[in-house]
Amino acid sequence: MMDRKDWPLFEIFIRPKNGLSHKHVGSLHAADARMALDNARDVYTRRGEGVSIWAVPAASIAASDPTDKASLFDPADDKVYRHPTFYDIPADVKNI
Amino acid sequence: MYTQGLDAKTEQGAQPSPRLVTEQEAALQGRFQERVDAEEKIEPRDWMPDGYRRTLVRQISQHAHSEIVGMLPEGNWITRAPTLRRKVALLAKVQDEGGHGLYLYSAAETLGVSRDELIGQLLSGKAKYSSIFNYPTPTWADIGAIGWLVDGAAIMNQVPLCRCSYGPYARAMVRICREESFHQRQGYELMLALAQGTAEQKRMAQDALNRWWWPSLMMFGPSDEQSAHSSQNMAWKIKRFSNDELRQRFVDATVPQAEFLGLTIPDPELRLNAETGHYEFGAIDWTEFNEILKGNGPCNRERIEARRKAWDDGAWVREAAVAHAAKRRQRALKKAG
Repeated sequence: MMDRKDWPLFEIFIRPKNGLSHKHVGSLHAADARMALDNARDVYTRRGEGVSIWAVPAASIAASDPTDKASLFDPADDKVYRHPTFYDIPADVKNI
Repeated sequence: MYTQGLDAKTEQGAQPSPRLVTEQEAALQGRFQERVDAEEKIEPRDWMPDGYRRTLVRQISQHAHSEIVGMLPEGNWITRAPTLRRKVALLAKVQDEGGHGLYLYSAAETLGVSRDELIGQLLSGKAKYSSIFNYPTPTWADIGAIGWLVDGAAIMNQVPLCRCSYGPYARAMVRICREESFHQRQGYELMLALAQGTAEQKRMAQDALNRWWWPSLMMFGPSDEQSAHSSQNMAWKIKRFSNDELRQRFVDATVPQAEFLGLTIPDPELRLNAETGHYEFGAIDWTEFNEILKGNGPCNRERIEARRKAWDDGAWVREAAVAHAAKRRQRALKKAG
């Protein structure tokens, strides 16, 4: 069976409408970026799901390692002073 | 369901062979189960037990194969649809199924298998797909019955899969369910047109119901006592309801719809239990089901041959696409240089 090792994987992002960010919707294989865009249009926007498509070679995405989750994200958990509710303001003070 | 082959007890390699589990692995497994129990989703690069990964690859790929093979019985009628309205609906439905196959293959690939491996398993006959697609579609009424009953049964099974513990599968199922609701409605509308048509049309509708009723019930897979993997898959939250529960829901939802059509469900034992509020139905012929899973259904050979032919006939397109992409890259380089 002929394989398609030359067809890289693309991750597909769609902007639902102007004013919103592109959002990851899935992936597909394509010979190149143009074909990825054509196929993404047929596969992921059959019902008016978007106004813009990004096709990103999956190999180009750098991702954090899930096993580093604790060391990366836990330090933010004890920094309550980064949130507005940490600060006491008398109830009489308005618009703050 | 679309993955009913998973439940067959005779199938090999479904369960990991028992072996010693290291202390570290036991700890990882414990943490994994805690996350699943807390309804946390598992994502591709998270640690997961081998059995979980293996089960998902098999289930998602069987589901994908079912979508792709499922295009064939209906594709048979695209050129012969009686009106343009029916034709565009059927074309859109079959196109959706191709898309659903792709979402699912993509979800399976996140678990570390390649698309070509999966397609190879389908074409070699190693992989299973839903038994339902091995029945023929001799009349136009079959297209109505497939939409109403087969897609109806599929939706019954797929809605809970939207809450599956594996993130990419759950997300694919959300898209699929959103798109699939029109499939069932167009099928029922088609049946309604026939049921309210001439005597001959009504006879066609009844004939299609007669042929598709029992195979639709079989789509939910073996009964709970016969099902090999239910409990582990429930614990992993891959599966949320048992085969029998979902089958019962389907019967309860569908019988009144058949009554509205003025058609008769081909089951003399079917009756409403006033106490439970559920319909009781006759025994399912599992011999037929098992024969189809083994490859001896009316259309098994035809379906796989059609897929092989499509793959072989498309070889030059795949090669040309690679060559064309290479040429475009060269041109772009020359322009830049």
